[in-house]
Amino acid sequence: MTEGKGVGGIDTRATPGSAGAGLSAPQLGGPAAGPADGELEAPLRGKRMTVNLGPSHPATHGVTRLVVELDGENIEAMKIDIGYLHRGFEKSCENGTWTQVFPYTDRLNYVSSIMNNVGFALGVEKLCRLDIPDRAKYLRVITSEVHRICDHLTLVGAMGMELGAMTVFLYAIEARDLIYDRLAELVGARLTSNYARIGGVARDVPEGWIEKMTKTLDRTRDLVDEIDALLARNRIFIDRTRGTGKVSRELACELGFTGPCLRAAGEPYDIRKAAPYLVYDRLDFDIPVGSNGDNFDRYLMRIEEMRQSDKIIRQCFAQMEPGDIIVRDFRYALPPKPLVYGTIEGLMAHFKLVMEGIKVPAGEVYSYTEAANGELGFYIVSDGGGRPYKLGLRAPGWPMVAGLPYMLKGSLLADLIPTYDSINMIGGEVEQ
Amino acid sequence: MSKAVIDALVQRFPDVVTDAYEGVGGDDCAFVKKDRIVEVCQALKDDPELRFNMAPYVTAVDYLGQQPRFELVYNLYSSSTNRRIRLRVRVPEDDLVVPSVWSVWRGVDWFERYCFDMYGIRFTGHPDLRRLFMYDEFVGHPLRKDYPLRARQPLVPEREVKDIYRGPGPATRD
Repeated sequence: MTEGKGVGGIDTRATPGSAGAGLSAPQLGGPAAGPADGELEAPLRGKRMTVNLGPSHPATHGVTRLVVELDGENIEAMKIDIGYLHRGFEKSCENGTWTQVFPYTDRLNYVSSIMNNVGFALGVEKLCRLDIPDRAKYLRVITSEVHRICDHLTLVGAMGMELGAMTVFLYAIEARDLIYDRLAELVGARLTSNYARIGGVARDVPEGWIEKMTKTLDRTRDLVDEIDALLARNRIFIDRTRGTGKVSRELACELGFTGPCLRAAGEPYDIRKAAPYLVYDRLDFDIPVGSNGDNFDRYLMRIEEMRQSDKIIRQCFAQMEPGDIIVRDFRYALPPKPLVYGTIEGLMAHFKLVMEGIKVPAGEVYSYTEAANGELGFYIVSDGGGRPYKLGLRAPGWPMVAGLPYMLKGSLLADLIPTYDSINMIGGEVEQ
Repeated sequence: MSKAVIDALVQRFPDVVTDAYEGVGGDDCAFVKKDRIVEVCQALKDDPELRFNMAPYVTAVDYLGQQPRFELVYNLYSSSTNRRIRLRVRVPEDDLVVPSVWSVWRGVDWFERYCFDMYGIRFTGHPDLRRLFMYDEFVGHPLRKDYPLRARQPLVPEREVKDIYRGPGPATRD
């Protein structure tokens, strides 16, 4: 150690008026300062303290209020107050046409918006018994997996940053921004990308996009490797995450966890494998499964899933063939413009779709897809009209946030932050 | 896909589980009597052949103008057999009290709070039945079909906080 430095590196010889001036060096270890026999083991007078985290706290990714009851530094009980970001998603959807729902779904999980588009479109198509062209399926898988990478990058970056690793955040955001650039070329928006339509997707990939995306994926893969190298063997990161926020396999199932959080606890349930939709049954990929169910495993799940998504996208590029990107059934999809301007049938179909919206057959359906955080479910009830009668949203992050008190009971207050990060609470979807 | 599950249920609870049907896309569904839902769910979870260990989604629907008016929808999943079923429970408007399945799957906690918040269905046996998204002073249940889309409610006065630094507790403590 350097001489002349006081506590915390403050220079005690600094000029008067600056920090640390006038402080004498602390007296430690002298016989008079030592505790009496048995004093250290004596039980402290316990008093519970209630700490209020939020609603606006830098580590709560949105506006969530956590009321934590502490015994010393240990969390005894916890209550979570959500709803500050509630904007009536379901009520708005019930009062819009089926097509008007798509922009609302972008804002659910705003880090991976195309996945929400696809989830909703698949629900409506299930109800309409509509089969979409192959190329549209591949495009949906590609954009979904790109957004899965985005979502996991954000999580890993934010997790690193909140545990003190700012570099990781910058690496993750660099990769995410590259992906956003590609998505902007494809769909026109960086954040609230709106791509899926009922019966297909909005537009085909631009010329040269696949090559550019492959380059972006190469760069992203390098960055993910660097992030992993920075974090996976980092002493501080491991100490903060390994063994904290643990949840057992049985409890994770009972609490309704899905996605990476469930798989980190050892339950190999992934909807892409358990009930394959789109073209996932034609693709070769693995589902990483953890064993401890702690924050470190949840982090590892994310890193491995990004690599698997990378693999999926490359396979899709190789398998995809030219073709239609949306159904030719004009009850569901807008006719191409030459038909609208040139034929009366096309004009009528266009007019009916724009003015009245898509008519979805009466019935009820529960459609579920594997979004970045788990099962994204839509319970859709239609009365045969142009609007959804009920659109129930099962947000993937919902049960994980509800399960926080079970994961954190008895652990330290400091463990709350990595746990809160690793479940990836997204205010937009959880609070609807 | 999971027709066998519904058949086993109907056999075991002949008067309780009724009107089994195959929904759109091959989901298996059935209606369950309101008062016996906990019993049916417990059987689904405990039966060694069924083992429905997850309840991924529970929600409610308001069929305004129909009798009974409300309906609860339980989407259940078994990760060991990879089967899904959907149970629907009809809830009449004059008796909006349903037994809570929280004792079977603790994960339904927030789903039931959501149903209470948005539709006003009360659950007996739920440990902490508060509003989930709306604030306590909110009047009415916003997802009911007779709640107007553009309704406005007055601002509520700020709640009194006794001791902002130490939180709620007896004022006499040190």
